[in-house]
Amino acid sequence: MVPVIQLVDFRKSYITGEVEVQAVRGVTLTINPGEFVAIMGSSGSGKSTLMNTIGCLDRPTGGKYLLDGIDVGSLNRDELADLRNQKIGFVFQGFNLLARTTAVENVELPMLYRRGGQRFNNPRERALKSLERVGLGKRTDHTPSQLSGGQQQRVAIARALVNEPTLLLADEPTGNLDSRTSIEIMDIFQELNAAGMTLVMVTHELDIASYSTRMVVMRDGRVVTDRPVEQRLNAKQELARLKQEQAAVKLA
Amino acid sequence: MIILAAFKIAFTGLRRNLLRSLLTMLGIIFGVAAVIAVVSLGNGAKAQVEKQISTLGQNVVMVMSGAASRGGFRMAFGTSGTLTLGDFDSIRKEVEGVAGVSPEVRSFAQVAVGNQNANPQIMGVGSDYADIRTWRFASGDNFTEADVRNANKVALIGKTTATQLFGGEDPVGQVLRIKNAPFRIVGLLSPKGVNMMGSDQDDVVLVPYTSAMKRLTGDTTFRSLLVQAVEPTLLTSVQAQITELLRQRHRIQPGRDDDFLVRTQQEISEFATETSRVLTLLLGGVAGVSLVVGGIGIMNIMLVSVTERTREIGLRLAVGARGRDILLQFLIEALTLSVVGGLLGIGLGWWASDWLSGMMQSPTLIAANSVALAFGSAAMIGIVFGFFPAMKASQLDPIEALRYE
Ligand SMILES: Nc1ncnc2c1ncn2[C@@H]1O[C@H](COP(=O)(O)OP(=O)(O)OP(=O)(O)O)[C@@H](O)[C@H]1O
Ligand SMILES: [Mg+2]
Repeated sequence: MVPVIQLVDFRKSYITGEVEVQAVRGVTLTINPGEFVAIMGSSGSGKSTLMNTIGCLDRPTGGKYLLDGIDVGSLNRDELADLRNQKIGFVFQGFNLLARTTAVENVELPMLYRRGGQRFNNPRERALKSLERVGLGKRTDHTPSQLSGGQQQRVAIARALVNEPTLLLADEPTGNLDSRTSIEIMDIFQELNAAGMTLVMVTHELDIASYSTRMVVMRDGRVVTDRPVEQRLNAKQELARLKQEQAAVKLA
Repeated sequence: MIILAAFKIAFTGLRRNLLRSLLTMLGIIFGVAAVIAVVSLGNGAKAQVEKQISTLGQNVVMVMSGAASRGGFRMAFGTSGTLTLGDFDSIRKEVEGVAGVSPEVRSFAQVAVGNQNANPQIMGVGSDYADIRTWRFASGDNFTEADVRNANKVALIGKTTATQLFGGEDPVGQVLRIKNAPFRIVGLLSPKGVNMMGSDQDDVVLVPYTSAMKRLTGDTTFRSLLVQAVEPTLLTSVQAQITELLRQRHRIQPGRDDDFLVRTQQEISEFATETSRVLTLLLGGVAGVSLVVGGIGIMNIMLVSVTERTREIGLRLAVGARGRDILLQFLIEALTLSVVGGLLGIGLGWWASDWLSGMMQSPTLIAANSVALAFGSAAMIGIVFGFFPAMKASQLDPIEALRYE
């Protein structure tokens, strides 16, 4: 089995003025198809930097990164763009939707850049289906400013899924959401994972990480912990429990 | 699909920033409008002059007495006639390719019919004259060679003079008095309109040049002769032969200036349209500069737009747009600005040339090629000046662009 992600002694440093900032200092990590990995760690520990590299948005300054067995370091700008378009769905930290553009048009965006024979002939229909899949069947013609944070996050996820990637990356997908909406997002992720998709997400919250199958903790640009999740939570059960509790509060 | 989407994005952006877009397009709008108005004005003037020159006749070579002013064609005729009857005869007999020759003996005199008066130009001409000038008859016919030989008192009358003297009546067969001498009218000329100098060519009475010289002017030489070539291709040959012949006849030493002037109809028309052509070129150049300034305006606003939309560009790159897609999108946006500006400019130019034509009482001619030229240059300018901002956008780094505040 070819791993989806294979990082070997991955390093990334930024040069700001005279100072060299080492954001990631040697990470070796293998993620296999069907895994749901949560990356944790304090602020500034290099999580986003790692995610950007996994997402082919950035190139390592040291070490090696293989995506589906392909050495990303050897690809040029256009090849990286095609890889992002076809294999990777990225949910950005902060939703990064196009302002003044409707939800469905935002979701259509990645399909615009599919090439040649891979083009879908019914992008609008696919976009609507993708929105429905993440629970946003209505309000598809609303612009981001007319949507709540949770709804915007759903649009961002629908956009990441619309090109049917093999890998979904999410940088703090629940960062600005209340706990109930967060669990709803985890529900979507667990469903996708159950259907065979590989997921990697960054999170600060331990309980959100408990919905994944594997937890990786970073500190100062290095992986300090990497272990399977033992008491995995099920989003559907948690939602049902939450509903009961709220009902109880109302009764009392 | 990307192209279609890019046009859609461009138009949405244009509508969203309507005022800004309009201000940006202003340079292009005025540039295109100026090109169209100026060129149409020039075309109109040229067409008018050419039409007036064509009233001169067909394949005409003019021979005038007097020296040529340096480098040009002199509108004023010589003070004294240096062309003789002998010159006239030898041109008629010796020059090859000549279809007809006629003198023009000009004078003004009062003419009268009963108690009606008029002051037309009285022109003494030969029997070839009407043919040379392709002057048709509305009524009656030309006088004959015999009338010329005998200095008969016959006359052809222009439309304006005829109306003044006879009202709507047919003047043919009537008698008019020129300096008290009675002339029988044998033909009524069809109207020709104004000439290049703006005088009415139909306010005229034509009589045999023999009669004019004998009874009206007392001249014995000519100031001008009209020669008609058989074909337009023979014009220069006829011109050269006449020059050679007259130099011999007037015994002009080699190296000395001619005491006459021979000009073909083509030369006259070229000279007359030259000034309007130069003016059109000059104003067209100014219009072109304004187009370039418009292009710089577009470049400026596109640079602003690229900076404003850095995050959008980052996002597009992140979801798989190639540099080329971004380049194309921004080029199309610049193109949209310049093309919409161009279309508005065409509208404005159309209106302006209409208005100018009314103001200056001169016709304008909107030529399809000037519209195409103006529109084409607007589009070109959009692409040329949009290229740098678009290039800049396409080379952004996705991560840095996404992080841009
Ligand atoms: N473009 C950059 N230029 C310079 N330094 C950078 C750049 N991007 C990140 N860094 C530095 O790299 C380190 C890791 O940043 P990163 O964004 O990966 O952290 P993070 O773990 O995602 O933090 P957070 O949880 O706050 O999002 C930080 O010290 C940061 O200052
Ligand atoms: Mg981060």
